[in-house]
Amino acid sequence: MNWGSAAEFFAMGGKGFYVWSAYGLTLAWMLYDALSAAARRRRAAAQADQP
Amino acid sequence: MALNSLTFYTFASPPRFYGLAGALVPWLWALTIGLTLWGLWLGFFVAPTDATQGEVYRIIFIHVPAAWMGMLLYVVMAFWAAIGWAFKARLASMVARAIAPTGAMFTALALWTGAVWGKPTWGTWWAWDARMTSTLILLFLYLGFIALVAAIDDVRRADKAGALLALVGVVNVPIIYFSVKWWNTLHQGASVSVLAAPKMAATMLTAMLVMTFAFWAYAFAVVFTRTRAIVLERERSAAEALR
Repeated sequence: MNWGSAAEFFAMGGKGFYVWSAYGLTLAWMLYDALSAAARRRRAAAQADQP
Repeated sequence: MALNSLTFYTFASPPRFYGLAGALVPWLWALTIGLTLWGLWLGFFVAPTDATQGEVYRIIFIHVPAAWMGMLLYVVMAFWAAIGWAFKARLASMVARAIAPTGAMFTALALWTGAVWGKPTWGTWWAWDARMTSTLILLFLYLGFIALVAAIDDVRRADKAGALLALVGVVNVPIIYFSVKWWNTLHQGASVSVLAAPKMAATMLTAMLVMTFAFWAYAFAVVFTRTRAIVLERERSAAEALR
């Protein structure tokens, strides 16, 4: 185990800003890409049902 | 459908692909989530603090997988675009279009995670280093492909133009890969090589590889979903053209 406490974990040895901004943008963009692809498919499916 | 009529081409039919991909996507998501949780656990709780860089090196567990996926997806995109062009295979061209946004995303994320890693370790967000510059060119190739196929109204002509651009751009991928060997600039050498012993602790390497498989499963899930959307969109526009 590398961390004595949750605060230590989030501090990342004083480099928390760099580590979490890397992970944060990666997570946000990957969620956006996945959700926008799913929404596009749902939209296309809804339009295909219309006469 | 009789079993003996199943051939390599069976799933090249867009409606069949639509069904098969739809059945696979939930499993791919389960795989993505499972591998991500495992990889992050290894990366943050099992892998030790780096002796020279401290904790900031933990960016590697997304930086290297994102960079690999950016390059891999470009080659896969160019391959399917070429197949679609050469054999008039509609589905192949649709897959190429579906890959582009996800490939561009991974390339941009490789640049971003590299910038926030470079600042605390090299003292700069960006340098015109060979690997970084060639990766930026890769991002522009993706954006060029997306803009080009979107700009041409005739779908088949757009697919052909996109395939040409994707194929010309493929030359950039080996340049990125070997850039750290050919030019001795800022970016460090390869972390993993088939021929040499890994230059990092076994747990660090495992975490990085698990995250790579997680991104790979993610890419399949998203590309399949987006291809399904494109199949429906094209079917509709084909039906409208007949009306």
